[in-house]
Amino acid sequence: MYQIRKAQQLADKIYLMEVEAPRVARSCQPGEFVIVKIDEAGERIPLTICDYNRENGTVTIVFQIVGASTYRMAALKAGDAFQDFVGPLGRPSEFITDPEEEVKKRKYLFVAGGVGAAPVYPQVKWMHAHGIDVDVIVGSKNKDLLILEKEMEAAAGNLYVTTDDGSYGRKGMVTAVIEDLVKNEGKSYDVCVAIGPMIMMKFVCKLTKELNIPTIVSLNPIMVDGTGMCGACRVTVGDEVKFACVDGPEFDGHLVDFDQAMKRQQMYKTKEGRDMLKVQEGATHHGGCGHCGGDN
Amino acid sequence: MDGMKRVPIKEQNPKVRAANFEEVCLGYSEEEAVEEAKRCLQCKKPFCVQGCPVSIDIPAFIKKITERDFKGAAEVIAQSSALPAVCGRVCPQESQCEGKCVRGIKGEPVSIGKLERFVADWSRENGFVPAAPETTNGRKVAVIGSGPAGLTCAGDLAKMGYEVTIFEALHEPGGVLTYGIPEFRLPKSTVVRTEIENVKKLGVKIETNVIIGKSVTIDELMEEEGFEAVFIGSGAGLPKFMGIPGENANGVFSANEYLTRNNLMKAFRDDYDTPIAAGRKVAVVGGGNVAMDAARTALRLGAEVHVVYRRSEAELPARVEEVHHAKEEGVIFNLLTNPVEILTDENDWVTGMVVRKMELGEPDSSGRRRPVEIAGSDYTIEVDTVIMSLGTSPNPLISSTTRGLEINKRKCIVAQEDNGQTTKAGVFAGGDAVTGAATVILAMEAGKAGAKGIDEYLRNKQ
Repeated sequence: MYQIRKAQQLADKIYLMEVEAPRVARSCQPGEFVIVKIDEAGERIPLTICDYNRENGTVTIVFQIVGASTYRMAALKAGDAFQDFVGPLGRPSEFITDPEEEVKKRKYLFVAGGVGAAPVYPQVKWMHAHGIDVDVIVGSKNKDLLILEKEMEAAAGNLYVTTDDGSYGRKGMVTAVIEDLVKNEGKSYDVCVAIGPMIMMKFVCKLTKELNIPTIVSLNPIMVDGTGMCGACRVTVGDEVKFACVDGPEFDGHLVDFDQAMKRQQMYKTKEGRDMLKVQEGATHHGGCGHCGGDN
Repeated sequence: MDGMKRVPIKEQNPKVRAANFEEVCLGYSEEEAVEEAKRCLQCKKPFCVQGCPVSIDIPAFIKKITERDFKGAAEVIAQSSALPAVCGRVCPQESQCEGKCVRGIKGEPVSIGKLERFVADWSRENGFVPAAPETTNGRKVAVIGSGPAGLTCAGDLAKMGYEVTIFEALHEPGGVLTYGIPEFRLPKSTVVRTEIENVKKLGVKIETNVIIGKSVTIDELMEEEGFEAVFIGSGAGLPKFMGIPGENANGVFSANEYLTRNNLMKAFRDDYDTPIAAGRKVAVVGGGNVAMDAARTALRLGAEVHVVYRRSEAELPARVEEVHHAKEEGVIFNLLTNPVEILTDENDWVTGMVVRKMELGEPDSSGRRRPVEIAGSDYTIEVDTVIMSLGTSPNPLISSTTRGLEINKRKCIVAQEDNGQTTKAGVFAGGDAVTGAATVILAMEAGKAGAKGIDEYLRNKQ
């Protein structure tokens, strides 16, 4: 069993939990993910790692209620436990394995949408710890759905917050901020890392391709085992079929077939299920990127 | 009683079982087992033992059955095998022990597999557990993977007195016995779990949710956690796909995924959260045992099922018994047929599969007649689900993170057959990770060899 040290609701349907998992905490890196399973009957849920503390042996995860298992997970409190917590899975972010001098020469832009702020945070924190100032854009549907702002503020060189409805920070989508920074504020970037709803990553990649900024995205397709055994997470990247769990989850965003990836994500959402979710969740149906019309 | 014939085995009616996940074969009663056991000629030079990869003393345990000493029979088997209830069910006996049985020359061979299963089931029902060693020698060995190779290796080492820890990547031990082979061939809560518990009762510890190469590396296990030797039994790896158009559509699965959802995650039960898009009309591509398992699972989930295989029935790699069961249950075989393209609707869901007729040409390097395409023979079969069962390619997770561990051209771990020794000192390997996808019993044989190899290595090291 993997005990929960801290459980906190960050926003509507978004939860943060710090979990005791010493083996994972000791070896994990930014970009990697874990799989959690609440109990015997639960699904194996892949979640990107949000933070970790090697000394305390804890790993922080952030998740959003999307189905039966995450709904039940939301009710867990400090002192409760997950039956299973396995990782780290996937490959670390590229900059972890690239030579540090190289990384220090590059100008990075991080773009986070909705709960995508969670996997972006440890990357920004890593940069900060290595003395690299990076620009960070965090987008959410509205002020109430904005997460990890304080943490991001402390680690980012420059932080740009934007909300779709303008209730906080700038008004508009993350793509508008990227355009503004590059075209109006004269910024230039060597690498963009964009993590958020699939549709947001698609549009960010469309824009950064025009702007000629190499872009890395982190995909969260349907998975079962997370170790390469089932192949449920296959995505088309360039001309190749890749398994997100062992080849990713981060890929060259300009090569990812987002349309196919989005359709594959719908596999277990029946029409009835989608309708029900829409009714239940209304405007907060997803993390809030503004692009997908509440049906991501 | 006609001595040429076997005592028939009871099975669930095909019509009934096609709609449930209960075990197909119901096993022998005590009377039936004793009667079948009496057919054994107790050969002085038993060929059956030569045919058994783990060399069970077959005439000896069968003799105990004729004496109604079932506990004695279990003790004989336990000397050679830690998983008799599994092997009695899934071993290809027809090409191993039973294939060599002298009885088989003129009549039917003795039902060695069914008798082994009887003894194992009797042991479970009567609470017989193989004895654990009284003391350990204090030397730690790590086993990676809790499938048939790992469990066998761990069990043998524990009996020799080693302190063994198995590291399992999934949340449930058993490997392919748990995620791959379906309930109706190998019941999980009774058969598999009991045999795993028996290995634990020998003193073996199992740590689940540990991915070797990620959570911790082999080098760390040996340098920091005090393991003097390691056995790698990590299994077959990543599923292969054909590379045809439409293969990433919704409704196309690897057999691994389809079976894992159902067996490990229990998607067929309403009280479990994991879903499965079971399909109404399913094509399973491939002809091996895994293809049969996937086909018969889809059937039980309510689908019309077609097995699409590019050669003819004679070349089907699956066990004859599995093909026979599948046919009895209503699986349709589209033989000499090969997929060309998967068709989809506007939402990328499968609507059909274009297939091409094949004919058999000259034998290829495998000795089987090679399938050759018949030009202009394409036609479409209407299906909403396609399950690809084409084998696997090795997972690089362990080989890429372990210093000095060599892999071959096919990316399998290089290991000596007789003792499992790899190119790295103290590290041994066996099973599918070394050979590529094979059978449960061959993995067990490799696990046994690995245990022997590790014991010799550690004795010499002392």
